Order: sequence, then C-alpha cells, then structure tokens
Amino acid sequence: MPVIEIAGKQINVNDEGFLTVYDEWDEEIAKTLATQIEVEMTPAHWEIIKFLREDFKTQGETATSRRVQTVGGVPVKTQFELFPKKPAKKMAYIAGLPKPKGCV
Amino acid sequence: MRKLLILGGGTAGTMVATKLRRNLKKEDWSITIVDRDTEHIYQPGLLFLPFGGYEPEQITKDRRKYLPAGVDFVMADIDKVEPEANQVLLTDGRVLPYDYLVMASGTTPRPDQTPGMDDPKTWYKSVFDFYTLAGSKALRGALKDFKGGRLVIHITEMPIKCPVAPLEFAFLADAYFEDKGMRDKVEIIYVTPLEGAFTKPVCSKQLGFMLVDRKITLEPDFVIEHIDPDTKTMVSMDEREIPFDLLVTVPLNMGADFVGRSGMGDDLNYVPVDKETFLSKKYKNVFAVGDGSDIPASKAGSVAHFAIDLFSENFVEYVEGRPMKHNFDGHANCFIESGHGKGLLIDFNYTTEPLKGKFPLPWIGPMPLLAESRLNHMGKLAFRWIYWNMLMKGRWIPIPALMSMAGKIKAPITEKVEEHASH
Repeated sequence: MPVIEIAGKQINVNDEGFLTVYDEWDEEIAKTLATQIEVEMTPAHWEIIKFLREDFKTQGETATSRRVQTVGGVPVKTQFELFPKKPAKKMAYIAGLPKPKGCV
Repeated sequence: MRKLLILGGGTAGTMVATKLRRNLKKEDWSITIVDRDTEHIYQPGLLFLPFGGYEPEQITKDRRKYLPAGVDFVMADIDKVEPEANQVLLTDGRVLPYDYLVMASGTTPRPDQTPGMDDPKTWYKSVFDFYTLAGSKALRGALKDFKGGRLVIHITEMPIKCPVAPLEFAFLADAYFEDKGMRDKVEIIYVTPLEGAFTKPVCSKQLGFMLVDRKITLEPDFVIEHIDPDTKTMVSMDEREIPFDLLVTVPLNMGADFVGRSGMGDDLNYVPVDKETFLSKKYKNVFAVGDGSDIPASKAGSVAHFAIDLFSENFVEYVEGRPMKHNFDGHANCFIESGHGKGLLIDFNYTTEPLKGKFPLPWIGPMPLLAESRLNHMGKLAFRWIYWNMLMKGRWIPIPALMSMAGKIKAPITEKVEEHASH
C-alpha cells in the first residue's frame, strides 16, 4: 500500500487513494483531499464528514448514502448537490474512511 | 424439550430445517417453521420465465413437501419478534415461544420505496420487476408484444438479491431479440448505481466488455430519485433523465417488515450478525441466515447453501456450550447466463474476487471460471433439478462450503483488456 504526503504528514492510502488508518485523518488533510476532487468545503459539507467519522467509530464501517439520509438526516439529493456525481465515494474519501459497502 | 423456531420456509429456512432435524435428536428438540404461504419458488427460474425458458409450474412447489418429518409447519403472518421474551407474535394472535430462533425471512423487492415506480399507469404495463412470480409472468407478455424502442434494465440500489441477475437479463434480452430478428429495433440500456457493470473489479471489466460486445449501453453511477409515469422517464438524484419504452427494474430490496417492527434490523431491515457464524450481534439465542442477514456477501442461494452447511454443524456445538468451529468465508458460486445457450461461472468469497480457472476440480474443471461456455449454461439448467432433488433435501453436493484458490489464476484479464483496446 502506498504512503503519500498530505499537509506535511506521511499518510497511508490504498490504491485508489483512500486513507487506510482511521487516526491519521485530521481536518487539514480533509481540506486537501477535498481540493483534490474539486469540492469546496462549507459547513454543510463538514456536517456530513463529521457524521461519517463519528458513525464509523460506533459501526466499524462507512455509512452508505442511505444511512447518511436516515440516521445523519441529510437527504440523498442534498448529498448529490454537495458532492456531485459520486457522493458516497467522495464523502468517504474526504472523511478518510473506506469506500462504503453495498458492493457485493 | 427445547424449541427451535425458524422464520421463513424459503431456500435458507428449508435447508436449516432439513439439516438440523438430522443433527438434533427428536426427543430433545422440537423444530417449527413459519411462513405466510405454501409456495416455494425456485428463484433462479424467474430469470428464464420471461423469455419462455420455463413454465411457472416448473419453478413453484409446495414448500411443505420439502420439510422433513418431525418439523412442524405454521402458516401465518408474523407480527413481530419479542427477543427479550423469547417469543414470536403472529398476526392471528398466536404466540410461539422459542429457546433458539433462526431468522430466514429473506429480502423482497419494494417498488413502493421509489416515487412513481409502482404507479398504476405504468406498473406491469411498461415497468416490471422480474424477481417475483407475478412480475416475471407479466414481463413475459410484455417482451412478446414489444415492437421495439428503448429497453432499459435498471438496478435501484445495492445490495440486491442475486446481483448478477440484471446483467443476465440484459444478455438474454439481447439474444432474445436477435433470435426474433428485431435486435436492430431495440436499444438496450443498462442503468446501475455502481461505477461499472458489476461489484467486483475483475469481473466488472469482463462483464463490461460483454456489454460492449452486445451493443448494450452502460449508464453507471445512476441513483434514481423518481420515475415520471406520464413521460416514462427515470430521473436521477443529479437530474439525469433516462426515457424508456419498457423498463425492467430491480426495485430497492429490503428485509421483512416484521424485522423492522421488532427493532432487530438495520436501515434496510437486515439482521446484523457475525459474518462468520450468523449469530445475532445483540441476542445470544438468535441467528439469521440467507438473504435476510446483513453479511457482506451476495444475497444468493449458493451463499445460503455454503453458509448453512457450516451453520448446521456450528449450531449443534453452540447449543451444547462448545465453541463454534466453522467460520464462513463468504463463498459464492454463481452461473451467469450470457445468451445463445452459453454461460459463465464465477466463484468468490469475502476477500477474493472472481478469478479465471477451472471448477469444481482445480485445473481439470470441467467448467471454466469467468469465461463463456456451453457447459456453464448446461450447469445452470441442471441446477434446477439439483435444487429440488438434492439441495432442498439436504443431500450431499460435491462442492466444498469454503472457497478454494487451487487452480485459479491471479492476474486474470490483462490479455482481454489489450484485445479490446486494439479494437
């Protein structure tokens, strides 16, 4: 697995660039990751990212779009507006979490 | 006398009843199975029925015929489970107490969960599912009468029952219209919320090529918001529009409503369990097997079969207070119909994606993995007999429950990539 440097820190990522170590993430890194995929972070974006981080701690897996809607309270439609085209993947990427499952 | 209660008499519930009746002494254990009806459907057959491959009576049987002696069948709707009180309430007022509960209540297509999908103006007129007997039968007429236009095949959201079935439907539709001499009048579009044709990367590439070869257009990353029945258009969350003349959709799949009512499910009513033993994460005398659990494996009969081979050994250990020794690896083994009497076979588990090789005997086969052949198609057809006569009756089948890497090729399809790149 590759190690890259983001915001001056050495970070472990997988082949697709998703962080692989939960505790290596911080908000500076999130901002850099967001810039890389052309997402400009607003309070609405941060709210979702923080939900994903907290939810992962208790569930041990990345919340799906559906769960961000039903538990996190952000409609899927809004997720598409904030993270265009591939919200589930982009949200997980910025939050430093694995891609959500549902792909089996 | 200890009581084992099984909820659901489909593929998984029937296999559990058959295996455990053999493993648990009749003088020590009663086994009761609950289902709302007596119709056991051979679900892989639902794919062939619309194309005239099977008749409904070949794929439906009375489920009581497949339950062994010494298993009580209760026909009723389930109101809810009260896991703290170790009992199940039926809607007719009866109460079934248990010492151990096995939930095998499956997953069901829910067109009501997408706005406009089950609108009476279009439902079973130009919009169909095919994972139900009613849908599959109705679709048969619609395909027969189809004069040409846009045929859209669509998946609402993962996970779904038999994740390869919509692709098979696309391949079979291509062959069907070609055989009718009207393929040039039918535009086929495959619409998926995934990034590609399938979930696993190697397989997704291979199947993606097969779509290209058949001139089937792939529309990935499409998350449906609603269907407009007046204009016959699907609209996505990011406002892409796909018009259709005939829509074959896989609606949102959900576990049984009583699971949700009982507070025992996740946000899609699937029961959270340990993925290696199927023991509930919350209740120490509750298991969930088959499509109704939340294990990250395909919702498919082959997975249930391999899982229950191990579960039925584990259960005996567990109720006697010993550790469960058999850990499930997520093994799945699926035939994929590709049309014109050919098929592929894929074999994979939680950690290893489908690879090329030979099956079931390493290097010998005779069936090739992740490649088209007539033999794989014959295997799929033979499987209906195997299902009714061996699988449901708990007879031995020469396929190991855990996946084997023997004879598989790890870097599988680069040559295919190059071949296609040079087209």
